[in-house]
Amino acid sequence: MGGAVRKTIVGRPVLRLSTQEESSRGNGMNPVDSMKGAHVRMELLSSPVYTSGARDMVQAVTRRMGFAELDCSQIALAVDEALCNIMRHGYENKPDQPIWVGVWPVDEPGVPGGIRIVIEDVARQIEPEKIKGRELHDVKPGGLGVHVIKEVMDKVTYEKRPGGGMRLTMIKHQKPVPVGGSASDGCEGGKGCHA
Amino acid sequence: MPEGQTLQVGFETQGETVIVSPQGEIGYSEATVFRTWLRKAHDSKSPRIIVDLAKVDYMNTPGVATLVESLQISKRSKTRLILCGMNEKVFAIFKIARLDTVFEICPNLAAAISKA
Repeated sequence: MGGAVRKTIVGRPVLRLSTQEESSRGNGMNPVDSMKGAHVRMELLSSPVYTSGARDMVQAVTRRMGFAELDCSQIALAVDEALCNIMRHGYENKPDQPIWVGVWPVDEPGVPGGIRIVIEDVARQIEPEKIKGRELHDVKPGGLGVHVIKEVMDKVTYEKRPGGGMRLTMIKHQKPVPVGGSASDGCEGGKGCHA
Repeated sequence: MPEGQTLQVGFETQGETVIVSPQGEIGYSEATVFRTWLRKAHDSKSPRIIVDLAKVDYMNTPGVATLVESLQISKRSKTRLILCGMNEKVFAIFKIARLDTVFEICPNLAAAISKA
């Protein structure tokens, strides 16, 4: 299994982190071709127990990419919200369904660097245009997750996966670090910084 | 504690004020537990409820939704609901959801208690 981190309960992987090398080799278990070539790829079951693993992974990766601390936590929040939506609405709280998270750096000429995160599932499909957050002036519980994702990320695309399920692609570009500043700006005196 | 939950909740009555103090993360799993404690605070019929979030490291929208629900109950029952002690990252989600102006928010517990 090389350098992959794998945790198993009753013979089935519940949280699996693999490297680009392993992803590109393929292992016959993952039907999601679009995840090939991801710099980091995570496979998890649809239980809320594992959302923090995905969130921590994304936060750690974005921190090492040089995102400001507040951006790191907000990108991780967007991933968390997306996973919650899949678990709650897509899989209707079934805890044993697959979710894949892939991470790529955005490194294109003329475009600020950043991160591209793709989340896929095999949950029931819905029309992408129907996925929208509720009106914020209408203060009521629920319906905030999609709004948070769209607010936090620079580009958000929902689409139906060929063969079933949904694909969410989120892109966040890095803001230029101010002269004399550091990537950790935005984390006041360490208070509340999510290590 | 159910699998995967990290939330602990303090519950204290000071005169006519109930102070609910969650500690840990309030995510998808924990929101249900948090809701139970907030309901308990409302059931106490105290005229003022303070939710001290100083020891909450992380919150996502299911956690926020629980507080919105509590706010709705407060408005119906004429109870005063005050949130306090949010760290920058928890406060950020209230700002993103435009809820920072909907809730009564204090910087810390002392400020919340001293509010008339």
